[in-house]
Amino acid sequence: MAGITATQLVKEYPGGVRGVDEVDVEIRDGEFFALLGPSGCGKTTLLRSIAGLEAITSGSLVIGDRDVTNAEPGVRGVAMVFQDYALFPHMDVGDNIAYPLRIKRVKRDERRGTAAKVADGLSLQGLIERRPGQLSGGQQQRVALARAVATRPDVLLLDEPLSNLDARLRLEARTFLKELQRDLGVTTVFVTHDQAEALALADRIAVMRAGKLQQIGTPREVFQRPNNTFVAGFIGSNPMNLLPAQVRESRLAVGDATVSLPPGTEQLVREGQDVVWGIRPEYVRWVTAEEAGAIPAEVSVVENLGASVLIVVNAGDRKLQVAVPEDQEPAPGDRGWIVPQLSKTLLFDAETTERIG
Amino acid sequence: MTSSTVTPPAGRVTAPRRRRADDVAGLGKARAGLFVAPALIIIGIFLLFPAVWTVWLGMTDYRLTGLQAASPEFVGLENYTEALTDPAFWNSLWLTLIFVVASGIVGQTLIGFGLAWSVRNITGWVKALIEGLVLAAWVIPASVASFLWLALLDRRTGTVNALLGTEGAAWLIDHPMEAIILFNIWVGTAFSMQLFSSALSAVPPSQIESAKMVGASGWQQLRDVIVPNIKGHILTNTLLITLWTFNTFTPYLVTAGGPNGKTEILSVYIYETAIPGGQLGLGAAISLIMLLINLVIALGYVRVAQGRRKR
Ligand SMILES: Nc1ncnc2c1ncn2[C@@H]1O[C@H](COP(=O)(O)OP(=O)(O)OP(=O)(O)O)[C@@H](O)[C@H]1O
Ligand SMILES: [Mg+2]
Repeated sequence: MAGITATQLVKEYPGGVRGVDEVDVEIRDGEFFALLGPSGCGKTTLLRSIAGLEAITSGSLVIGDRDVTNAEPGVRGVAMVFQDYALFPHMDVGDNIAYPLRIKRVKRDERRGTAAKVADGLSLQGLIERRPGQLSGGQQQRVALARAVATRPDVLLLDEPLSNLDARLRLEARTFLKELQRDLGVTTVFVTHDQAEALALADRIAVMRAGKLQQIGTPREVFQRPNNTFVAGFIGSNPMNLLPAQVRESRLAVGDATVSLPPGTEQLVREGQDVVWGIRPEYVRWVTAEEAGAIPAEVSVVENLGASVLIVVNAGDRKLQVAVPEDQEPAPGDRGWIVPQLSKTLLFDAETTERIG
Repeated sequence: MTSSTVTPPAGRVTAPRRRRADDVAGLGKARAGLFVAPALIIIGIFLLFPAVWTVWLGMTDYRLTGLQAASPEFVGLENYTEALTDPAFWNSLWLTLIFVVASGIVGQTLIGFGLAWSVRNITGWVKALIEGLVLAAWVIPASVASFLWLALLDRRTGTVNALLGTEGAAWLIDHPMEAIILFNIWVGTAFSMQLFSSALSAVPPSQIESAKMVGASGWQQLRDVIVPNIKGHILTNTLLITLWTFNTFTPYLVTAGGPNGKTEILSVYIYETAIPGGQLGLGAAISLIMLLINLVIALGYVRVAQGRRKR
């Protein structure tokens, strides 16, 4: 078992693209760690740099207590599951799982035995003799996992392990993955662009954008206290409402309406400062009678989400999304008030986009 | 009578349906046959007729000149027994075997694969240069290529002698077999290289990287990932190279089968027998033997390929 420490890690591709740009990250021993970000932000590049499949341009990488910045992939104690699983089509499931042991010169009987045991642990009983081409996507994924954990690696790397599965199977595999990781206690880094997956699985999440780290924290931290507007907009199944606003007389002018400053930010802003006011759709109530702190608004779009309804309202010249319980569903054109939950509102600097407070 | 008046409607329903199934163009057999007739006639004239003619010739004592040229006589299998009991034929077959194995299977395949393997990670002008050079040897007409090699290996003014400082060394006389083997490798490697290049680029990188991740050496990656992935290409390459090398005639342009028959591979032997030797009947018989060997080789590969697919 081992932690991973990257210091000022840079991976520059030929042509000058920085896939990973001065990343500092410390992944703890036994942690389930997610790399999250939009397409092209450098998640795969960072993962492959940890694996040793990309030469690191500068900075250092330590796994356990060994500096592996320039080490070969095979000696890092790291196993990886590729997005396409990369199973060998000409070997049966048993030989695929046992392949790492074969390279380590374990005898055939012994490694077939280990493979069978690992396969059992991943509910692959009875499939040992099949070829990868004769398996379903979910089974292939488990074979790839089995091959990765067969040698008891210190670190397990997963590149979008669930993206090739259909929606229902993905939920199943998610639970499965979490249980497996807990049982093995192996330090796991997995890449995803699905924020829900990261929130559900990870102990901690690193959010990336254009090769740079935006925030590292627990799912709760990145959800409740995003470092900047990018993280705020990226995390959450409904993106956070981010509205330009201005500080006026210790209050906040959002379009025509004024709201209170988020608690704890009063001393951190100055009069007239341009800011961004953030509130999640889930933390805004839709009411049909005026009350204290309510902002008048008109419903323009109604989207059904099943147990709740997402409505888009116009408050003056600003647009907001509001999540409403299904039995309070308004109709487009309805007039009413929205009430933000003050303690859940956030303030960001309009220039640096960093969170204030 | 009554039944015949009832059936037509049913017949009319089924008839067009049946026609649609095996007669897509709706021409009918006769007219369709008319359309393919020109092609069939041309194939008949230029392919089938010579083949049959060769079989017939092989059973006569037809000669290029003399009495038998005017009125060849049927001699049955005499030509075949003559060929199969002639040590020169067996010697020629042996030389062909060496030639095919050394220049085709070992030389072109291994060097072609080696080249494809080494340039797979190179990009830009270096790759273009290497591929261009190898391909040039392939596209240069055989007559020009052989002339190049004659100039290269010439005893007095040859480039090789000038480079190695071995003035006066007669490569084509002292090492004729080695010379035509190298010549054929030089001419034909481009094909294997191109075939393997495309095969290698089709191997999923993640499979190779999976092997790398568990610490597989370059050799182990080759054995466990690359070769199993390109098995079909290796088979195709070997089949084509074997047949081409077996049938090639261009070495004749370099050594003319000499000195003293030391490079008289089968195709050259047939030519020497039939044209300068004038024994057309015997030449035709040996040609047919050669054709049979070709067939056996091809069938062998088909067998292997089928066995592979079944597994
Ligand atoms: N081999 C390469 N050569 C040059 N640039 C590359 C190479 N691979 C990736 N990049 C660039 O590096 C950046 C990061 O790519 P990367 O594959 O790490 O993104 P990602 O976060 O994994 O995206 P996705 O979610 O789409 O997989 C991108 O801008 C990409 O264009
Ligand atoms: Mg990726």
